Amino acid sequence: MTDSNYDEIMQLLCDRLSSLTNTNAQISPETNLISQLSIDSIKLLNLIMEVEDTFDISIPINALADVQTVRELVDLVHKIKSAS
Amino acid sequence: MNLLEKIDAAAAARKALLPNGVGAFGIPIEEVYSATEARIGDRRVLLLGTNNYLGLTFAPECIQAAHEAIDKEGTGTTGSRMANGSYFGHRALEKEFADFYQCNSSIVFTTGYQANLGTISGLVGPGDTVLIDGDSHASIYDGCILSGADIIRFKHNDVTDMEKRLRRLGDRVETTLIIAEGIYSMLGDQAPLAEIVKLKNAYGCILLLDEAHSLGVLGETGQGLVEKTGLLQEVDFITGTFSKSLCSIGGFCVSNHPQLEQLRYISHPYIFTASPSPATIASTRAALELLRKGSHLRKQLWDNCTQLYSALKEAGYVLGPDPGPVIAAVVDTPQQALLLWQQLLEHNIYVNLILPPAAPEGKSLVRCSVNAAHTEDQIRYVGDTFAKLYSVISSHS
Ligand SMILES: Cc1ncc(COP(=O)(O)O)c(C=O)c1O
Repeated sequence: MTDSNYDEIMQLLCDRLSSLTNTNAQISPETNLISQLSIDSIKLLNLIMEVEDTFDISIPINALADVQTVRELVDLVHKIKSAS
Repeated sequence: MNLLEKIDAAAAARKALLPNGVGAFGIPIEEVYSATEARIGDRRVLLLGTNNYLGLTFAPECIQAAHEAIDKEGTGTTGSRMANGSYFGHRALEKEFADFYQCNSSIVFTTGYQANLGTISGLVGPGDTVLIDGDSHASIYDGCILSGADIIRFKHNDVTDMEKRLRRLGDRVETTLIIAEGIYSMLGDQAPLAEIVKLKNAYGCILLLDEAHSLGVLGETGQGLVEKTGLLQEVDFITGTFSKSLCSIGGFCVSNHPQLEQLRYISHPYIFTASPSPATIASTRAALELLRKGSHLRKQLWDNCTQLYSALKEAGYVLGPDPGPVIAAVVDTPQQALLLWQQLLEHNIYVNLILPPAAPEGKSLVRCSVNAAHTEDQIRYVGDTFAKLYSVISSHS
């Protein structure tokens, strides 16, 4: 998937994740949200709210159960956005 | 990493966050002297961190009722409400709750946690939606997860944000359950119920309100936020707990919808657990009676709440927006919170320590819970001690 929507979502999430975690480490699509970024659950849930507002979509937080990496998060947001 | 090593890693991370704070959680209470005093280690402490809002833990009526129930019915029911665990008392308590809330149906659960799990997972399922306040109690989150419904959060107590999310749901609002709490346990603030009701009616959703912390505390007869706001008839389902103002353990759900009764046949947290013990039910029934006639207790409670809220505010602490029995001092760092908590204990005051991510917005809380049995002198001592410690805490980062 390389459509511009997808890239836009990837960019947005990488930027937000890097400011949320105050990390200098390069965030890549394969970065693990929990083990590498140590993002706590509440921060992740609040990020989801922000993304919902940015794209005017509903992202059920239960769908995060299958999300471990940045790419999986982007896939989820992209899938919901494409269906909306 | 194997399973046990993963747990060790999490424990190490917790310890690293606050190296000398490990003892602050689950501190042993050695002896309980009254609704307001206990012994921790060698100290006789003032209890400012319980949920004993009406101060009824030693009410003679409740103690006597519990004694009699043990003598007559034994220590436990040893079974589910669905099998051998529905005694006369369980059914009587359900009738009393239905009568208290002037509604048709009522179910008693074994804990308040299970009341939320059982009610939510009985009302919604996969394909349905729950719209919940972002600061909801863990029992609400867990109930939603158990249900398999899609979970959408709105910003805490923000009805504009809530409406935005309702609008996005489109046709799905028809199968959406909105969940809010009467009083939120972290900052003690109350839900904007009138606006929530307006939205739930406009969008045609169902509304569940958890009155765990507001039962006995708000409203003339203590029904909670529904009574204070005059909106009892507008809320579809009310859940609550016996573990706070009713001073025992257990939970309930009441509703005018006859469908509530069906939950008895489908709700696992109702069916696959033993029912509350006879003594628990008996003391809860006695406490509910005291709660209903307890306007003098509520007056005492609210006098204490305003006294402590003003004292802490005057001392410079950042507090939640509404005065009430839950009064939380919000501090910037876990280290400040731990220091304040430890210093209060040094002064023989026990309060609750709440650190991120349990505390909202990355802050840390030192939370007091006030009750009707606290005396004016006790509250004054707590206020003065907080004031004395303010400069110590604010100069510590
Ligand atoms: C808002 C809320 N709901 C439900 C519960 C669960 O109550 P219980 O202690 O009866 O399990 C609590 C108690 O911690 C609570 O604060």
